[in-house]
Amino acid sequence: MKQLVDQLVVRMGQDPSTWVLTPWAYLIAMMVAGVGMTSFAAVFAGLTSYWERRVAARMQSRVGPNRVGPFGLLQWVADALKLIMKEDLIASSADRVLFRLAPYFLLIATVTTFVVLPFGYRLGVTDMNVGLFFLVAATALSVIGVLLSGWASNSKWSLFGGMRAAAQVVSYEVPAGLAVMVPVIAAGSLSLHTIIRAQGGFPWDWFMFQTPMGFAAFFVLFLALLAEGNRTPFDLPEAESELVSGYNTEYSGIRFGYFFLAEWGNLWVMSALVTTLFLGGWQVPGVSMPQLFAWEQADVVPMWFFAASLLVFCTKVVVLVNVIIWIRWTLPRFRVDQMMSLCWKWLVPIALGCLVLAAATEVASFELFGPSARLQAPLTSVRGVLHFVFFVATGGVPLVLFARKVARNIRLTGERADLGNW
Amino acid sequence: MSIKEAVTSVWEGMSITLSYMFRRPITVQYAGPETSQQSIQHALPSRYRGLLEVDMDTCTACQACERACPINVIAIEIEKDPANPKQRVMTRFDIDAGKCMFCGLCVEPCPTGSIQHSREFEASQTNLDNLVLRFVKPEAPALPYRPTKGATAYPRRVLGEITRELIKRWDTPPPPFKSE
Repeated sequence: MKQLVDQLVVRMGQDPSTWVLTPWAYLIAMMVAGVGMTSFAAVFAGLTSYWERRVAARMQSRVGPNRVGPFGLLQWVADALKLIMKEDLIASSADRVLFRLAPYFLLIATVTTFVVLPFGYRLGVTDMNVGLFFLVAATALSVIGVLLSGWASNSKWSLFGGMRAAAQVVSYEVPAGLAVMVPVIAAGSLSLHTIIRAQGGFPWDWFMFQTPMGFAAFFVLFLALLAEGNRTPFDLPEAESELVSGYNTEYSGIRFGYFFLAEWGNLWVMSALVTTLFLGGWQVPGVSMPQLFAWEQADVVPMWFFAASLLVFCTKVVVLVNVIIWIRWTLPRFRVDQMMSLCWKWLVPIALGCLVLAAATEVASFELFGPSARLQAPLTSVRGVLHFVFFVATGGVPLVLFARKVARNIRLTGERADLGNW
Repeated sequence: MSIKEAVTSVWEGMSITLSYMFRRPITVQYAGPETSQQSIQHALPSRYRGLLEVDMDTCTACQACERACPINVIAIEIEKDPANPKQRVMTRFDIDAGKCMFCGLCVEPCPTGSIQHSREFEASQTNLDNLVLRFVKPEAPALPYRPTKGATAYPRRVLGEITRELIKRWDTPPPPFKSE
C-alpha cells in the first residue's frame, strides 16, 4: 500500500520523502482501503447470505428465495434495507452501553483481518511480516463481542449463548494456533504472502498435500476455524432449538444485522486463511516460482498474472465457502461435551504431534536436500515425485470416489442429474 | 467418538446432500396471487385444509362445530326471531381465521357437511381483525336448515365460493382499521 502511494506521488512529480502532503496522501490511501475493505466484507456477507439460502433450499429439495430481482439476487439488499429501517430495540433491563457496543467488537474483529489478507499477487492492503500473528490476534477480539452481547442483554438465553461461545472460541484457539504453525515452519515466515510464495500452483505443491502433517493440520485448522466462527456443527452458541438465537436473541434491526455481517464476513476470512496457509493461495498453475523471480528481477510482471492470481485466489476461497455452507446443511450440532472432548482429546494432540513432526521433517529435509528444501520441488526430483504420489493418494483418489458416490446416490433414487430450475 | 465412524458418516452424509444439488427440487414454484389462482388450487392435494367455509343454507344451528373447536375460533349466536318467537335465527357465525389452526375438528361432527375446509389460502391482511370470516350478516339473520328425514346427502354450494367472496370483501373496500 505504501509503495503504491509512493509510486503515485512520484508519478505526480514529487519526492515522497520530502513532499509536504505525503502524510495526507497516506491518510487518504488508508481511508480508501478501509472503506473499500469494509464494503467488500459487507457485500460479500450479503451475497453469501443469499447464496447460503439458495444452497440450503436445494439441499432440502426446495427452491429458495427467487422473487426479488433476477433469481432473487437482490434479496440481500431487501433484507439489509429492512434491517436498517427496523426499530432499534434495547431491552429495558439490558446494560445499554455494553449492549450497543457489543456488535461492533464482532464487526471490528472481522473487518480488521482484511488488513493482512492477501487477494492476489501483491494485491492486498499490506503485507505485514507478522501477518498471521496479527490475524489470529484480531479474530480473538470476537470473543469479547459475543460475551459482552450475551451478558449485556440480561437474558438467560443470551447469557448461555455468550458463555458457550466464550468457552468454545477460547478452547479452539489452541488447536488453531498449533495447526497454523505447520505451514509457518515449512515456509519460515509469518507473512501471508511469503507463505504463499513457498508453495506452488499445482495441488501437489500445496502445503496440504506435501506432507501428512500438512494434511492433518489442514483439517485441524479447518475444524477449529469452523468452531471459532460459530458455524455448524459447532453452532452451540446460537443453537436455535435450545437458545432461541443465543447471544443475539435480544438484538433487532441493524444491530442484529451486524452480527450476521460479521458471521458471513468471517466466512471469507476463514476460507482465505486456509487457502493461504494450505491451498497455495494465489499461486497460478503453470507459473513456477523461478519464472516469477525472473519477472520480478527484470520488473516485468505481466498484468495478466495479477488478474490470474486474483482469480485463482478468489476461486479457491469461494469453493471453500461453499464447502462450509455444505457442511452446515449436512451435519447436526455437537453436544457441549462432545465439542469440548473433540477439541481437547483429538484436535490438540493431533495438532501438537503435527507441529513436532513438521519441525523434525524440516530439519531432516534440510540435512538431506540442503537449503533448496525451501524451494518448490519440480516433478523430476525425488521430493516432487513424493509430493505428487501423496497428493494422488490423499486428494485425487478420494475426490474421484466421492464424485462416483454422489452420482450413485442420484442414480439410486431413479432420478437424473438436472440443473434446471436453479 | 471414533475417528473412523466420524469420517465414514460425514462422507456418507455429505455425498447425499451434494447429490441433492444436482436434482430438481420437489417443491413447486408458487406463481403468486396475481397469476392463475384456479390452477394452483387444482394442484393442491384432495384433502387440503384451507380456510374454513360455512354454507349457511345447510347449517342446522346445532353448534357442534363450536363445541368441537379446541381454541374457540367459532362464535355462533342464536336468538329468537322477534317477529316469530317460535323461530330461532342465527345472528352471528364468525370464524376467526387468524386464530384457526386448521385442525379440522369442527368439520368432523357437522351433520350436514355445512362447514368444510375450502382450498382458499391466499388471505394475507394488514390487520389481524380483518381475518374474521363473518358468514352471517347481522342485518340478515340466517334460518337453521331442516334436513328431510332419512336424507344422506345435502345440497351445498360449490366449495370455496362463499369464502372467496368473503375474502374479496376484505379487500374492496378495505375494512376500517380498528383502533385500540
